[in-house]
Amino acid sequence: MPEIGHEAETEALTSDELLVEEVSIDGMCGVY
Amino acid sequence: MTLAPDVAPGSGVTRPGRLTDLFQLGLDAPICLTWELTYACNLSCVHCLSSSGRRDPRELTTDECKAVIDTLERMQVFYVNIGGGEPTVRPDFWELVDYATAHHVGVKFSTNGVRLDAAAAARLAASDYVDVQISLDGATREVNDAVRGPGSYDMAMRAMGNLRAAGFTGFKLSVVMTRQNIPQIDAFKSIADEYGAQLRLTRLRPSGRGADVWDELHPLPAQQKELYDWLVAHGEQVLTGDSFFHLSAFGSALPGLNLCGAGRVVCLIDPVGDVYACPFAIHENFLAGNVRDAGGFESVWKTSSLFNDLRKPDTGGACKSCGFYDSCRGGCMAAKFFTGLPLDGPDPECVRGYGETALASAGGLAGGLAGTAVPRPSVDHSHRTAPARPRATAGGAVPVTIARRRPPAHDCDESPLAGFAAGPRSATGCC
Amino acid sequence: MFDLDRAWQVDHRVSMRPEPFGALLYHFGTRRLSFLKNQTVLAVVRSLADHPSARVACLANGVAEGELPAYARALAALADSHMITERRSHDSGA
Repeated sequence: MPEIGHEAETEALTSDELLVEEVSIDGMCGVY
Repeated sequence: MTLAPDVAPGSGVTRPGRLTDLFQLGLDAPICLTWELTYACNLSCVHCLSSSGRRDPRELTTDECKAVIDTLERMQVFYVNIGGGEPTVRPDFWELVDYATAHHVGVKFSTNGVRLDAAAAARLAASDYVDVQISLDGATREVNDAVRGPGSYDMAMRAMGNLRAAGFTGFKLSVVMTRQNIPQIDAFKSIADEYGAQLRLTRLRPSGRGADVWDELHPLPAQQKELYDWLVAHGEQVLTGDSFFHLSAFGSALPGLNLCGAGRVVCLIDPVGDVYACPFAIHENFLAGNVRDAGGFESVWKTSSLFNDLRKPDTGGACKSCGFYDSCRGGCMAAKFFTGLPLDGPDPECVRGYGETALASAGGLAGGLAGTAVPRPSVDHSHRTAPARPRATAGGAVPVTIARRRPPAHDCDESPLAGFAAGPRSATGCC
Repeated sequence: MFDLDRAWQVDHRVSMRPEPFGALLYHFGTRRLSFLKNQTVLAVVRSLADHPSARVACLANGVAEGELPAYARALAALADSHMITERRSHDSGA
């Protein structure tokens, strides 16, 4: 859906200013 | 060794960058890793990334496994995904899982469900630190068993039923997406919901036995788009193991780190202690060392030349001029390697179509022309119900062969040479 | 909005792993992973239990007044994911 995509893009643009970021433990490629 | 980002002189403050940039340079320890406990497996899935089936006589002993766990604890590796083969067929499986959790290493294990009876489910429901992942590749018996073998669908369903009955919710239902099962994507979600599981969809790669079936099973371009749209619509509800970052070029990035973690934040420890960059890259080119070497796993992770090479900043190579490189990072190293494509060029399934072009000019997967055969796995533990695949010779030359299990050409095949060297195909498409 | 003037501490189920760029935090209960992206925020988080408030912890680690909102946002994210919790008056500071 366009809104979800837009949100993710906005977050990506400002993520380099955030001091804390969270990623799912499943969010790493190379682990099956 | 790991490099630190620029520090502003006189202040303790580093300018925070994007996570992807920070991780590209590697970490002092993996964040998590895949640990294949055994090559033994009761199944012979046609696409098995580790070409599993038969146990290797050199597999790590119980004590050697515990020493690895001690190392992971010391390095503060938070989490291991235990797989194989089928890890639960090891007699010491539970002993090792308990040892790991007692030593501050969280465990998720992948299983086809063979040993997940009511007692096992109850044991799991009683533990906070062990997660389970059930493999299923079809929402119907017909589609699933075509890939995983007769009885495998029922086995997975029974295991899930046992977990549900024991009150274990939130386990993972993990599916490898193929041409055959993408149409069943909503049905997979329903199955996961029905059993209180979290759906996980992952990418088929031409790794292990996957190379033999990749031509016929990998998603068609239109299906990739369908899959991407579905993932975007389902957001963080559905896991992907970050395996679809190559689809980010369709639009916004999917949740996850969106980069190749191999040798940087993740790696594989195989049943004989070999350390590879990633479970999809079981090949001597991606072998960093062995846990039995002096210095053990820690030394391999920190000092191997392979890993240090992978941790050098990625310049993009042939993809540099593409506006989408920043999202897709050139795709999957293993997918490129096992389709014979250069690592500094497009992914074979590049959504902009550059991979198709590259494959066509490289002669496609059929290969075999002028001795430029596609790399084959160095390691094959498949059940021997068919003649063994040829291996590379000591000199590195790969013999030109008729691809015994190459499927017949289809009209939709990308390569003009598809099927050119096809030989007779076994009934099951595998061993 | 995150309350900088309350006392905080790192949850006992969290494992903190320093890295050259900052740190990784993993919560064994929730299985969530957080990244601290500089050394200062790591120092602040590590020292939370030693100070009467998050604001004091920030200032004690060299955070300038103008930077406090950014650090409050960071701490809010950690609180949301249960990496840090409020310290009640009977909790020991160490």
